[in-house]
Amino acid sequence: MNQFTKKFLASAVLGTLLAFSAQAATLNIHNGGDPQSLDPQKLSGDWENRIAGDIFEGLVTEDAKDNPIPGQAESWTISPDGKVYTFKLRDGIKWSDGQPVTAGDFVFALQRLVDPKNAADYAYLQFTIKNAEKINKGEITDLNQLGVKAIDDKTLEITLENPTPYFLNALMHYTAYPLPKHVVEAKGQDWVKIGNIVTNGPYKPVEWVPGSHVTTVKNDQWYGTKDLKIDGAKFFVLEDQEAALKRYRAGEFDILTDFPTDQYEWMKKNLPSQAHVAPFSGLYYYVVNSQKPPFSDKRVRQALSMAINREVIGPQILGTGELPAYSWVPPGTANYGEPAYVSWKDLPYKDKVAEAKKLLADAGFGPDKPLHAVLSYNTNDNHKRIAVAIASMWKPLGVDVELVNAETKVHYDQMQRGQVEIGRAGWLADYNDPDNFLNLLVTGVQMNYGRWSNPDYDKMIKDGNAETDLKKRAEIFKKAEQLALDESAALPIYYYVSKNVVSPKVEGFVDNIQDIHRTRWLSMKE
Amino acid sequence: MIKYALRRLLSTIPVMWIAVTASFFVLRLAPGGPFDGERPLPPVILKNLAAHYNLDKPLIQQYLLYVGDLLKGDLGPSFSSEDFSVAQQIMIGLPYTFTIGTAAFLLAILVGVTVGCFGALYQNKAPDYILGSLVLIGVVLPNFLIAPILQLIFGIHLAWFPVGGWGDGSLKFLVLPIVVLALPHAGRISRITRGSMIEVMNQNFIRTAKAKGIGPRLTVMRHALKPAMMPVVSYLGPAASYLLTGSLVVESIFGLPGIGRYFVNAALNRDYGMVLGTVIFYMVLIVFLNLLVDIAYAWLDPKVRNR
Repeated sequence: MNQFTKKFLASAVLGTLLAFSAQAATLNIHNGGDPQSLDPQKLSGDWENRIAGDIFEGLVTEDAKDNPIPGQAESWTISPDGKVYTFKLRDGIKWSDGQPVTAGDFVFALQRLVDPKNAADYAYLQFTIKNAEKINKGEITDLNQLGVKAIDDKTLEITLENPTPYFLNALMHYTAYPLPKHVVEAKGQDWVKIGNIVTNGPYKPVEWVPGSHVTTVKNDQWYGTKDLKIDGAKFFVLEDQEAALKRYRAGEFDILTDFPTDQYEWMKKNLPSQAHVAPFSGLYYYVVNSQKPPFSDKRVRQALSMAINREVIGPQILGTGELPAYSWVPPGTANYGEPAYVSWKDLPYKDKVAEAKKLLADAGFGPDKPLHAVLSYNTNDNHKRIAVAIASMWKPLGVDVELVNAETKVHYDQMQRGQVEIGRAGWLADYNDPDNFLNLLVTGVQMNYGRWSNPDYDKMIKDGNAETDLKKRAEIFKKAEQLALDESAALPIYYYVSKNVVSPKVEGFVDNIQDIHRTRWLSMKE
Repeated sequence: MIKYALRRLLSTIPVMWIAVTASFFVLRLAPGGPFDGERPLPPVILKNLAAHYNLDKPLIQQYLLYVGDLLKGDLGPSFSSEDFSVAQQIMIGLPYTFTIGTAAFLLAILVGVTVGCFGALYQNKAPDYILGSLVLIGVVLPNFLIAPILQLIFGIHLAWFPVGGWGDGSLKFLVLPIVVLALPHAGRISRITRGSMIEVMNQNFIRTAKAKGIGPRLTVMRHALKPAMMPVVSYLGPAASYLLTGSLVVESIFGLPGIGRYFVNAALNRDYGMVLGTVIFYMVLIVFLNLLVDIAYAWLDPKVRNR
């Protein structure tokens, strides 16, 4: 072989390799925490959902805007009483090992989810299914009593306890993903290990280095693989947001799923249009212990709420422009429309403070008799900044605030025990429906940290959830929300925003209220 | 010597047992449990989880079960990582931590001893001041400050090295974390070496060597270095255990999958199994490293060997 031939062959091989590498589009995503598992029934975090939703697919899945669309089911019917859902599975759907996905795999997965032996953290999200809660509590031991039946391999019937208008949204949640019965039964707990795991989503995991990353590649057995623009993704573990931003700037990440808020102004100037700050289905709020005087007095709670200058918190204290919250359900929540607002929402701030002083004076407090309040929050710079700012906003009312911080687990442990006077809390929606927020104020619910209790409110939430007409349901819920706001059941402060940084190379990234962005909808420029 | 080492080894068993027992109970006394969080779980789920992890049993029974498993070599499950047991996680993270830690250890010795010797030989002269000041930066500035500075300069502006991650494990990914980890120890070793070397260089046997006409380099290499290393070796035990266990900040900033991050994460998550597992692992490691230092000390100093 002469020199020219050698050079020619070498160039051809190199060219081919480069052509392949140019076509291979791998998305590098900064994903925050380490996934607890790849088993969808053992997850609880949004960083885990990003991976699970790429490698598994439920009956219903989400489009780029997070709207429900057919997933493994091609269609469904709902019985007139709203309790029985019948799903027709797509033809030819397969697990990544080529085995067919059947209705039996969904039955198996949902039975496993509610089986108390498996201790799934999030089993309660599917308690709307008939007998799910009773099985989970051990009151029913026969798993076949769960309201999920395979009529045949292609037809699945799910019966609910009550009509649940948000059920299709709940099916998008990872707790409703199917599991490969044939692999779980053959491999036991190890079914989820790389090398054993088979999945039914657009991608499949091929590598997991705990503390570093999870790598996925296209699942050739998925029905829409030919339309996928991204060949695979690497989900990187990195909780230090400053370090993550540096790696993004160095081109090592294509998407950051969070960023340090104090860098937002810098990013707007230096990384124009790359930082995506968008409304998110979540609420930052303070609870007030309604069982403990003087906070049991509605006037005290309302005075505290009115004196919070919400307009400065998002833009000035956080710096990322979070919108002030005057409702309990964030605007844009599905099945609801415009939420209810506090009656004093549009008053100028000085009038709000004047009214708050009056309310507090009526309740017996003022500069001569200061109200002592302990404000607790979990250790975090932003929580601290907000607490300090709010304490200073309350000072002119004659409220003497003692700030107490504790690590997250201790803080929430104390909140659940009712050991706080005023406590910081937050809620991110599990499913896109007002019930997910309104339920936080129902009597006896664990997350009702302020222990506010109103039988009328409880009844309205119950009635709303039994109503199948979505319009009527929204009206009932709105009345309930108005009641809670009039009573100052808790103090909404701001609506969360999602904070992503997306490289200009990435296309198809659509901001949405649940901050869910599946890789299947994305593409990368050459 | 072997008898001495064995005796030392056996004497650590009660210490380790006390440490495990204390860690077990102190951890359980801490407020907040492994399943508390922003999203409280319903009582029925908590009950199922408690049963799954034996947390529904009396504390003393939990302790006996744990110690029983431990004697069989089982470190138990991790509460926050269900797909890997505690032992599996430690084994996965160890090669990363070990690679970085060992490289940083060797670099710290090489740089520290060299700079220290130069400092002693050029005492109170320009090289002493310049090199001494440079290595002192590593001691004075904490690594959570140095790391981002190096990331900015060498990762973003000059683009010589990746800003973080393990990548394929090639040297370019490891240079920055190794340097950041090694710097403070290099500084301390250089100060100890310098001081010790100055002391040795003023002793009679060095003066005799000089009087015989041996050049300064040979005097240092052949006669002064070994005795001057005694205090350095004493420092190497704690330094090695720190480098292998205390790389938490470096691993976090550079996004490395080592075990340095496990302990704090596990403690914050109340992951009882993982905290105890890492405590036991670190104890064994420290005992082993201290033993190695003792052996090295005995090799350097015949008085210790014959004790």
